[in-house]
Amino acid sequence: MKELHELPVHELAGLLADRKIGAREVAQAHLDRIALLQQDVNCYISITPEVALGQADAAQKRMDGGDAGPLTGIPMAFKDNMCTKGVQTSCASRMLEGFVPPYNATVVSTLQKAGTVMLGKLNMDEFAMGSTNENSYFGPVRNPWNLERVSGGSSGGSAAAVAAGLAPFALGSDTGGSIRLPASFCGVVGMKPTYGAVSRFGLVAFASSLDQIGPLASNVRDCAWVLDAIMGHDPMDSTSAPVKHESCTAELDAGVKGMSFGLAREYFGEGLNGDIRKAVMKAVQVLEAQGAVSGECSVPAAEFGISAYYLLSSAEASANLARYDGIRFGHRSADATDMKELYRLTRGEGFGREVKTRILLGTYALSSGYHDALYVKALKVRRMIHDDFIRAFETHDILVSPVSPTTAFRLGEKTADPLQMYLGDVYTVAVNLAGLPALVVPCGLDSDGMPIGVQLIGKPFSEKKLLQAGQAIEQALGRFVSPMAAGTGSTANPVGQCGKTEEEVRA
Amino acid sequence: MNHEIVIGLEIHSELRTRSKVFCGCANEYGAEPNTRTCPVCLGMPGTLPVLNRQAVDFAVKAGLAMNCTISGFSKMDRKNYFYPDMCKAYQISQFDLPFCRDGYVDIEVDGQTKRIGIERIHLEEDAGKLNHDPYAQGSLVDYNRCGVPLIEIVSRPDMRSPEEARLFMEAVKEILEYTGVSDCKMQEGSLRADVNLSLRPFGQEKLGTRTEMKNLNSLRAVQRAAVTEAERQEALITAGKTITQETRRWDDNKGESFSMRSKEEAMDYRYFPEPDLVPVVMDEGWLARIRESIPELPQARRAKYVQEMGIPAYDAGLLTGTIQIADLFEQAAMTCGNPKSASNWIMGEILRQMKEQEGDSLDPGIDGIRLGSIIGLVERGEITQASGKKLLEAVMGTDADPVVLVERMNLRIQRDEGAVIDAVVLVMKNNPQAIADFQAGKGKAVGFLMGQAMGLLKGKADPGQVKSVLEAKLKEFDGGAS
Repeated sequence: MKELHELPVHELAGLLADRKIGAREVAQAHLDRIALLQQDVNCYISITPEVALGQADAAQKRMDGGDAGPLTGIPMAFKDNMCTKGVQTSCASRMLEGFVPPYNATVVSTLQKAGTVMLGKLNMDEFAMGSTNENSYFGPVRNPWNLERVSGGSSGGSAAAVAAGLAPFALGSDTGGSIRLPASFCGVVGMKPTYGAVSRFGLVAFASSLDQIGPLASNVRDCAWVLDAIMGHDPMDSTSAPVKHESCTAELDAGVKGMSFGLAREYFGEGLNGDIRKAVMKAVQVLEAQGAVSGECSVPAAEFGISAYYLLSSAEASANLARYDGIRFGHRSADATDMKELYRLTRGEGFGREVKTRILLGTYALSSGYHDALYVKALKVRRMIHDDFIRAFETHDILVSPVSPTTAFRLGEKTADPLQMYLGDVYTVAVNLAGLPALVVPCGLDSDGMPIGVQLIGKPFSEKKLLQAGQAIEQALGRFVSPMAAGTGSTANPVGQCGKTEEEVRA
Repeated sequence: MNHEIVIGLEIHSELRTRSKVFCGCANEYGAEPNTRTCPVCLGMPGTLPVLNRQAVDFAVKAGLAMNCTISGFSKMDRKNYFYPDMCKAYQISQFDLPFCRDGYVDIEVDGQTKRIGIERIHLEEDAGKLNHDPYAQGSLVDYNRCGVPLIEIVSRPDMRSPEEARLFMEAVKEILEYTGVSDCKMQEGSLRADVNLSLRPFGQEKLGTRTEMKNLNSLRAVQRAAVTEAERQEALITAGKTITQETRRWDDNKGESFSMRSKEEAMDYRYFPEPDLVPVVMDEGWLARIRESIPELPQARRAKYVQEMGIPAYDAGLLTGTIQIADLFEQAAMTCGNPKSASNWIMGEILRQMKEQEGDSLDPGIDGIRLGSIIGLVERGEITQASGKKLLEAVMGTDADPVVLVERMNLRIQRDEGAVIDAVVLVMKNNPQAIADFQAGKGKAVGFLMGQAMGLLKGKADPGQVKSVLEAKLKEFDGGAS
């Protein structure tokens, strides 16, 4: 018999519905496990046992009254940049330490209505700026596959919590790869939906035109369940799409027969780790074996993606983060004697180094004299990338690519060189610039036993198709379970082990 | 003045929407500080703006009323600056694609029509208010005004005197009031202007260096600040000094201005498209609905009153003071068929009564159809002028029908000739002294006897009829005696 934390959402839901277990029991099991392992993984910023047990009891009442949905009674956690009424929402920043919003993000109230149980708020890079989760005021997240390694970021807490069995599913946000990169590094499934598919209301903004909320879970089906719950138009978010989304779960097992997968030349070039190349090609073979076809294609403008992304996201961030001035909420310097000093000291003390770097970069990019050469040019690149993708989709249903040039590296290994760090986002940022959906599914392990993910990129609002393809890969390759989640919770052996042997995976 | 004055205005007007421009908070003046706020207008983390459609309608309506071209495709932009009155540290405004551009407003200068160009009209949000409390340490912020919708109307530098600046401001104010876009309460700051002014030698094409005077909140202040600034610049030029391009603050109490910041210190607002809002695409149907909602404007009405209705220009000005009065006049004139009488009644009775009332209500207390029917009763001689006023008083502020009331109050003129003769005979009999006076050639006696006879007939007789009967009887009496 598997332990509760090893069960996927859809199996937990079955047990809850059949009254084999109670909602409080499921919540308590996860809370106990968090109490045991949080100090090793550091994936939570806030743990909320009272909220969890209260919501579990309410969920149980609903199930007993026959008023339950698929997610009723399922524990989960939110990245700490989604506003939760009455619960600290810190963005992993000293600036918002102690900030308790008087309102819920739309995703939070949507899931509350669906009857989920909130375990707590998850660690992240400060204001979602980072690729390793080392930029958190509350300390880095450690990878459950190997505690010496980074979890990936910025939704590192979300990915690590799922990988460690400390939450059946989690919500993360993705501005340039922040769901997909940690999903890949931690061996879980993560989806960055189409821009506008999920409401951003209550998501503390980093770069408004790129930010998107999405699910992280241990398997593709759970992601589909969560997406069905959170996708939809929100009158509170003008950029949310007024479209009726197709069910992601209904035809999940339809297979990939006849689907065409494109391999963009630019995504398999120099600098890509050999293990990753092999694992991704293995996933392509698996798809072909099930009746799909594949072929080469090209997204020529993608090579400018990193530059355009860091200019545009930083430009928007420089405005989005200007409101943290110590006047109305959040940190306020105690030492200021006049208004200008209040701004200077508050922001100097409240923001971490990476956040300050990006604010400066963004301010510079928008400044008169540089605006056209930097900001406007980046917008043009963005348009070109979008057009390249649309052209590629004329011949292919889905593009397949790696998620990152490397697997999870050691903590501290790249912190000295931010530019090197930014290059790690080379395969993910173009998707945000083009507003496309992308799914990451684990597809292998590298020679150190660290997980590798494959990225599936689709046309706007093709989440359903991406999940069908992801499901086909997962069915063929199996799930990848971290040693921490597979075992009893011991962290004695920090080196990753997989549910399958290395030979099986590499075959 | 040895130089030509060149003035352009930037007019800010708060829109009369029920709620704020990006959230559902009430748009109202004078509430307790920070009670008309929510997480959205306070710019709290994670909140998003949603554009108020009525605010867009109003901005476009103002633009159409000022003869602007309306952009089919517009967007909102962020204007970045730090100040505690701006919650997000950026103002959502419009940069390169405003809703309206290239319009004009005509003003009357010395009997001549002069056209003042409008460069653009854009929509933006107002900021909060800083209250510098002399008793507290530091300043207090009231965010009630934060997020109130504003339009900024930017004129071309087409005005050539401080008087023209005031006339333009007046004309704009009138249009905004007529279209219902703004209540233009200048004392509450819902209409304010920045004056851009420069001097140049007469005949020179090139503009001189300009200064910008911020936040003038009365028509008088606009004119006075422009006069003072023109004199200041003239003095500098005469003294051989140069004008510095700068922003200045006008102190209305002192009647002088002070430098706020020079061009070198000018802010870089780092405009970029607002990513939280989608572009506004205005189709023909939407535009047509707004166009249809625009009433006839005061300038056109004045011309019509003078040319087609024979109203003196001065009276036409008074009658178009507000759209409520102008509508009342037109309806009353049409109902009674006599514009001149309608004008007299409104200026003599309605405007006088409104002036006597406390407060600044624009409601005249009666509609044009009922006012017109009262005037009609008087015009047709069915009631006397005095009865008409009595009737008006009874109808004001109620929804009573004057035609019903005239019977109930028994005001209709008595035309029974026998009754008039009886009354005249009785009055003559009772007032021998008056008869004697009349015979002695004192004309006043006739008036006295008239009054007595009218009194006896309870004011309901036709004064003309009474007068002719009286005159006939007096003649008879005279003749009989001789």
